[in-house]
Amino acid sequence: MLLGPALTVSGVLFALGVLGVLLRRNAIVIFMCVELMLNAANLAFVAFAQQLGVAGQIFVFFVMAVAAAEAAVGLAIILAVYRHRHTVDLQNIDLLKG
Amino acid sequence: MDGTLIIFWAFAALAGFSGLACITRRSPVASALWLVVTLFSLAALFVLLDAQFIAVLQVLVYAGAIMVLFLFVIMLLNLGRGGPTDLKGPLGLGLGVFLAGLLLVQLLVLRQTGTAAGGPARAALEQGMIAAVARPLFTAYLVPFEITSILLLAAIVGAVVLAKRNL
Repeated sequence: MLLGPALTVSGVLFALGVLGVLLRRNAIVIFMCVELMLNAANLAFVAFAQQLGVAGQIFVFFVMAVAAAEAAVGLAIILAVYRHRHTVDLQNIDLLKG
Repeated sequence: MDGTLIIFWAFAALAGFSGLACITRRSPVASALWLVVTLFSLAALFVLLDAQFIAVLQVLVYAGAIMVLFLFVIMLLNLGRGGPTDLKGPLGLGLGVFLAGLLLVQLLVLRQTGTAAGGPARAALEQGMIAAVARPLFTAYLVPFEITSILLLAAIVGAVVLAKRNL
């Protein structure tokens, strides 16, 4: 069965996404790493759906819809931030830092 | 079965490699294109896991729509080249690698212990086809489906309000 290998790949991709979020400073790249984590979760959902019924695939559908909404709003926020600060480097966006 | 496993691991290796390239490339455009490769190989994995409809959605929605949106914003902001120091310093690097590695170990241990999935896999034909996914979507999951449409509407309005210079 492919469940075990799929969960391994899912875990590796999720850890890669976390690593990207922790390492990068570019807001857009961090955002793409979040998408990578969502996709890793989707892979786990699909792998379990193969054994436990089709509900997992429906959850993937919802995750995709939420990811699309998140991408639209998040990129709009990045655009607005860029318009004010002329950078998307998170090191320079420290208004809330004491 | 053996051939399936070989194809699976080939696409899994491609996904892992391109994911790694996505988080290490300095230019955001290169990162985005490597992420597209990851999404495509994940779509191939979805096909191997009997989720053909989800695989089509993955290519259409993720690799098509969402990544185009990302590339559009990157090029709109003229970020194509990327600064010299995008990665964090040695302390941040070590801490990040440590935390991500810890998470990876936890996930793999969890995978070893808790995967007591019941029952054999269903027949491939009754899964993944559009009817098998769509019927529960419009019966058992109708309310979440409708709420999703409201969420998308709210996201559209929110994106316009946020990104427009002055309403």
